[in-house]
Amino acid sequence: MYSEKVMDHFNNPRNVGELENASGIGTVGNAKCGDIMRIYLDIDEQGVIQDAKFKTFGCGAAVATSSMATELVKGKTVQDALTVTNKAVMEALDGLPPVKVHCSLLAEEAIHAALWDYAKKHHIEIAGLKPPVEDIEQRKDA
Amino acid sequence: MNRQIYLDNAATTKINEEVLNAMLPHFTQTYANPSAIYTFAGEAKKAVDTARTQTAALINAAPEELYFTSGGTESDNWAIKAVAEAYREKGRHIITTKIEHHAVLHTCQYLEKQGCEVTYLDVDETGAISLDALQSAIRPDTVLISVMTANNEIGTIEPIAQIGAIAHEHGVLFHTDAVQAYGHLALDVEAMHIDLLSASAHKLNGPKGVGFLYVRKGIKLPPLLHGGAQERNRRAGTLNVAGIAGFGKAAELAAAHMEEKAARETALRDHLITRILSEIPYCRLNGHPTDRLSNNANFCFRFIEGESLLILLDQLGICASSGSACTSGALEPSHVLLAIGLPHEIAHGSLRLTLSDETTQEELDFVVDELKKIVDRLRVMSPLYEDFMKNGR
Repeated sequence: MYSEKVMDHFNNPRNVGELENASGIGTVGNAKCGDIMRIYLDIDEQGVIQDAKFKTFGCGAAVATSSMATELVKGKTVQDALTVTNKAVMEALDGLPPVKVHCSLLAEEAIHAALWDYAKKHHIEIAGLKPPVEDIEQRKDA
Repeated sequence: MNRQIYLDNAATTKINEEVLNAMLPHFTQTYANPSAIYTFAGEAKKAVDTARTQTAALINAAPEELYFTSGGTESDNWAIKAVAEAYREKGRHIITTKIEHHAVLHTCQYLEKQGCEVTYLDVDETGAISLDALQSAIRPDTVLISVMTANNEIGTIEPIAQIGAIAHEHGVLFHTDAVQAYGHLALDVEAMHIDLLSASAHKLNGPKGVGFLYVRKGIKLPPLLHGGAQERNRRAGTLNVAGIAGFGKAAELAAAHMEEKAARETALRDHLITRILSEIPYCRLNGHPTDRLSNNANFCFRFIEGESLLILLDQLGICASSGSACTSGALEPSHVLLAIGLPHEIAHGSLRLTLSDETTQEELDFVVDELKKIVDRLRVMSPLYEDFMKNGR
């Protein structure tokens, strides 16, 4: 059901954990639908993401997309991090089964939520970044 | 890691060797259509008759009260749709429960669209219905009560004899989906006042694709499938002779070994339950502690999600199942776990382990040892666990 890449990121998830004094933290999803993702970002003064960590409650795809999303944003500027879309995460994982596409949306949303938190704390604006939504289903058409 | 530990016997079971041997001649030797007139069809016809006697004996029914079907789903569909159609003059109200298999629930929902009214009874935290609630749900226009004998997810056994007595007293027909119970529990359609009963062969070491519907003599039964005159004009389609013969043998074996098998499984099941509940924190047993199928154990592990658990177990060769939404592709977790009052996030972390007569204590000990590590590993990754540890919520 899952690609080898998904299984690899599920079995050996990269960047599991928390960051003390994180520059931005984003938590998205809800327990009702069975997925919660929390992403921690450490961003330096130049606006470059130095480190990213995650914690996820969810299925195999939810863990793998969190792992891949944290890998993809590391080393990027906060602006470039917006290119880590759900499509980018899915492609990097060699695809997801159709019923699991919402997991990749959640990963994108978690990154955005962490960036939003960072931007708010530092009183800056990241062009193109929208505030996080309560329910990921609202972004389905996005 | 070539080891395989199969703990999903509620999903399906391995065909018993004797059952297989009872089936094999009907594929290449006695392959005639049992409806044919010539002598060659005699053996096939005899095999079906024998199986009908064997399967009926297990529930104290007369052989002519059984209709062979393609399995539990067809039997449930047929029972409920047939009663709704044949007794619509009397009324259009059906009583069932919130924890039925989808073969019953979705059939009831279909009938609601056709103008029937359905009452879905609540269950308590163990999964048992309330007999008082059943009594008060009965109306003059109630035509059918359909309550499963034992639940497929949490294993809880319903008070079938009492339900039958209540139905009988009110002159309402009583159907029970006995797919998980048939061959595992002693059932008696006379003593328990059961009017219709669904069963499936592959849950008792028989083949897939065959089951029966028991219908008490005298009950109107319009066919579900129209066509040939098989099964006394009630169920069209060439009989699945090999499958039926296997079903008969499986029923015979189940009758012969029911008590010893149940006693052995119960001891193993309780060993498994005791170890998991005492060795893994933040976990609960779902279903009734004692009034449950002898081979069923169902747990919820807080802060983790079922599909992740299943994948990690699978990598160790352990076959299990979960009521997590992610295992079904739906967003909602199991309707059964929600019906017993579990919040969504806990219902997502369920694990069902169902034993067979081949399961050993050594296998179960291995599963518990590995499960402890897997649960720990997933909790370390879980934001819910992080919050709980930091804030105690």
